[in-house]
Amino acid sequence: MSLLDYFRSKKTTQTAQTAKERLQIIVAHERGQRNSPDYLPAMKQDIIDVIRRYVPIDSDQVTVNLDNKNDNLSVLELNITLPDDKR
Amino acid sequence: MAKVIVVTSGKGGVGKTTSSAAIGTGLAIKGFKTVIIDFDIGLRNLDLIMGCERRVVYDFVNVIKGEATLNQALIKDKRTPNLSILPASQTRDKDALNKEGVQKVLDDLAEAGFEYIVCDSPAGIETGAIMALYFADEAIVTTNPEVSSVRDSDRILGMLASKSQRAEQGKEPVKEHLLLTRYNPERVTRGDMLSVEDVLDILAIPLLGVIPESPAVLKASNSGSPVILDTESDAGLAYGDAVDRLIGEKVEFRFIEEEKKSLLRRLFGG
Repeated sequence: MSLLDYFRSKKTTQTAQTAKERLQIIVAHERGQRNSPDYLPAMKQDIIDVIRRYVPIDSDQVTVNLDNKNDNLSVLELNITLPDDKR
Repeated sequence: MAKVIVVTSGKGGVGKTTSSAAIGTGLAIKGFKTVIIDFDIGLRNLDLIMGCERRVVYDFVNVIKGEATLNQALIKDKRTPNLSILPASQTRDKDALNKEGVQKVLDDLAEAGFEYIVCDSPAGIETGAIMALYFADEAIVTTNPEVSSVRDSDRILGMLASKSQRAEQGKEPVKEHLLLTRYNPERVTRGDMLSVEDVLDILAIPLLGVIPESPAVLKASNSGSPVILDTESDAGLAYGDAVDRLIGEKVEFRFIEEEKKSLLRRLFGG
């Protein structure tokens, strides 16, 4: 590194930090899904279809989470944002 | 009792075969009777890295199918005593490997007195990779300091924790080791490469070794001689340290700090 580089390098962005932050988020997210059963996406779609028969919702208004608390307890968490009733 | 070690990564091209060759050779140099098995069916390459490609007659799949005996298929390394190689087959049949067949070969190798069985896994998360890790006692997760490699390594750690025989049978989990390869301390200092600490923070498994990016690795593969035999090179020495740690010795980490330059070189470059 020459003298000029020594001053210049301070200004460049540190992409390694960005990489680390992005990895931490995606890895945490994927670890959360690691133990979820293969049928979860299909079940989520079925649940959305049933709700749609009564209320107009988008698929991103529903979150389905399966939490394995321990060996004999799993919690299925369903979070549905219903649209405002403007009638 | 034979110890089964899988060298795995998920992502391709990060240095699994280079590391399998180096670590297998290192264990044999230490005096352990060692065999390195190429699990990359259809894309055999360990033979080239070990420089025994012209001596392959029978392969892993021939042994599983009963077309050859283990002794016929094993290639004794010419440089290192105690070391043998079991080459992969070049068949395109993806389902050539099955758990029963692999189990039988591993049992026979243990019976033949091998102390370390190093399984060189193919990339990906399909049958070949699962077969390579299924019977493992320990896993060396080979990772580059780069986003896609780190993410894939985390996937493989998930597989080890759920798909291995130890996981299925509820035994003590597979012992995990991180091997960081193609590490460039200068780029880490500049802030454009993930550091050892960054990768350890994310993957959270014990560090076995850090192999610096080095021209010696390509030179070694060019000539078909595992890089650990190049004791003049930083990569060769770093693999030597990793082998020492693998057998339980405590060794200081080297080649992870930028080489110190003199004030004059710092000011005027070079």
